[in-house]
Amino acid sequence: MASNHLTGIGSESKQLATWYFTFAAILFGAQLLFGLVAAIQYVMPGFLFEILDFSVARMIHINALVVWMVFAMFGAVYWLLPDETGIETVGIKIGKLLYWVFVAAIVVVVLVYIFVQVGPADETSIWFIHEGREYIEAPRWADFGIVVVALGFVANLFMTGMKGKRSGIVTVLMADMIAFAGLYLTGMFFTDNITVDQYWWWWVIHLWVEATWEVYVGALAAYGLITMIGAHRKVVEMWLWIEVAMLFGSGILGMGHHYFWIGTPEYWWEIGALFSALEPLPLVAMFIHVLYDWGKTQGGQDATGQKLSVISNKPAFTWFVLNAFGNFLGAGIWGFFHTLPQVNLYTHGTQFTSAHGHLAFFGAYATILIGMMYIAVQGVNGIKVMKSTKSSIWATWMIAGGVMGMTVALTIAGYVQVLVSRAQMGATWAGYFDGQSGLWFAQAMDWRLIMGAVTFIGFLFLAKDLLSIGKSPIHER
Amino acid sequence: MANKVSVWTDNRFWQRSAAWVTGFAAVLLIWLTFDTSAQISMGTDADLQNGVTKRVPGPTVINYKITYEMSAKRGHEVPIIGGNDGSGMSLFQEKEKFFGRDDYSEEEAGALLHLGKLGSQTKNCMNCHTLLGNGAYYAPDLTKSWLDPAWQDGGTMQAMTGKSTKEEAMAEFLQHPSTYPTHARMMPDLGITAEEAKGLVAFLKHMSSIDTNGFPRNFGKIQGAVNGK
Repeated sequence: MASNHLTGIGSESKQLATWYFTFAAILFGAQLLFGLVAAIQYVMPGFLFEILDFSVARMIHINALVVWMVFAMFGAVYWLLPDETGIETVGIKIGKLLYWVFVAAIVVVVLVYIFVQVGPADETSIWFIHEGREYIEAPRWADFGIVVVALGFVANLFMTGMKGKRSGIVTVLMADMIAFAGLYLTGMFFTDNITVDQYWWWWVIHLWVEATWEVYVGALAAYGLITMIGAHRKVVEMWLWIEVAMLFGSGILGMGHHYFWIGTPEYWWEIGALFSALEPLPLVAMFIHVLYDWGKTQGGQDATGQKLSVISNKPAFTWFVLNAFGNFLGAGIWGFFHTLPQVNLYTHGTQFTSAHGHLAFFGAYATILIGMMYIAVQGVNGIKVMKSTKSSIWATWMIAGGVMGMTVALTIAGYVQVLVSRAQMGATWAGYFDGQSGLWFAQAMDWRLIMGAVTFIGFLFLAKDLLSIGKSPIHER
Repeated sequence: MANKVSVWTDNRFWQRSAAWVTGFAAVLLIWLTFDTSAQISMGTDADLQNGVTKRVPGPTVINYKITYEMSAKRGHEVPIIGGNDGSGMSLFQEKEKFFGRDDYSEEEAGALLHLGKLGSQTKNCMNCHTLLGNGAYYAPDLTKSWLDPAWQDGGTMQAMTGKSTKEEAMAEFLQHPSTYPTHARMMPDLGITAEEAKGLVAFLKHMSSIDTNGFPRNFGKIQGAVNGK
């Protein structure tokens, strides 16, 4: 049994981490709520028409997604830094100040999204309302705020890593987080040339979610395996380096799969096809890694003759295992489905992408970040072995089942779109609406809404559980 | 002889491998970015006058007739500007009036495109539509919307607005979208002014001239394939 339980009491870095997790969970709820609005609009187009249109609901849906994940990612780093480096995080006062700057900026941005929505076609709108570029819509003033906050975060990470013990996990995080922050700069300019615009836009989106964020997840999984099941650090960190090589080796040039049709040269067909086809491999490796280490440590425990689980945090570990599986399935399999140019010519810009997006963001990122929240609950409450409550289990199955249900529904909708709107009708206005009005498409959208509601109820269980599980008497203290 | 530990289980070895692989991939990406950037830079009016084919033509492309035709050489459709030479290459000769003119200067056309691109972002087009296939999936793709049969002479959308040219029809629709509902799912009124609408249509016309390697496939070629329409 892993005795390596953590305590959050007395560490300012861990306190800051809980702040980050709290705001992340609130934004997660907002993401699901606005996602539901958008899903209702597919089924009932008149819903909130010209009050809160699809474009606004969807913008908040995906922005809340990105921002809650960034918050939880920052929080997770502040959580693990004292454990990994053996010292309190350097510059924690600035870290706390920047947290409030970040929260205030996000609140203002969202309020402007909701109440201003659109502005005239001028630079002022770009600076103060939104930039209208999917995922990174935040207005220009907020861009600068985000850069300042990210630099402060990276500075804290570097100062702590250099002063304290620099483990393999911390080294990977340092290299990864500076790239993560630096890449944001490539999305901060305006150009009349939409091809150039989208070329650099992908530097942010793709190099975040298919490179730096994945490496970040590898580091987090390594930390979780060491702390939750007592996996051997040397083995875990060796795997981590192999994963970094595989993830960056495939993911950086895998960017080519976004350059098939935006005006960029044909050679991206070959580069994008080859490297993005390799992208699932590290995700298989990560899946095997987690399950193998689990089996190995549990086997070692069983050999002692004592039947005892090696897991010191059941709900968190459940989410980590879901991550291993969901990352491979959502990012790997669903990504590979439509990554080859011969297929992507027809699937690009359809619900297929949406199906992949839902399962990949959930499987690769939401899962492990929720797991980190449970680790924080354990630490803050000084729990030695944390067990699952009924709410933990309901939350897990409703959220995972709901997202999987949405993914299947969107995949079916995507097929209809590919066959009717694209292959048959050649992607015109009329072709688009012929696809949308098909029976299978309409039914898929009904199911997506139902499964979205299931996910949201699961979130309510999750929120309740995170707030109450720490006080439950079922744990070993 | 001592049984030496294999390099394959050495963390330093894997750390260095990770650094080399990452560095190599990053350098390759940067090198390709230089090459791509040169190929996707926006062309000029002189390019159009001299018959130079650019992947992203200059703004004055709005003075020309644009079509989307099969290129036997490349095996897919390509934008054809100002007439087809018969082999799938642009002739850059045939003009087309855009709001009554086909003599926009580089500055005038550039200003319209600038306004349109700004409008495409500030009106949040991308969170319902796709542009070059990227965006949301709640409304039709706009990549080649300028060439959509619905907006051409005799097309349903042009007829509905009561305008006699497609640019006027598109501009009218953009200003009063919910006055011209085509489906239960409608475009909301985004407060688009007449000038902004003109810029947006210029932006759409320009986007249709971008060489997207044959995306979307078969655009507008197959009408009435579904339900015998």
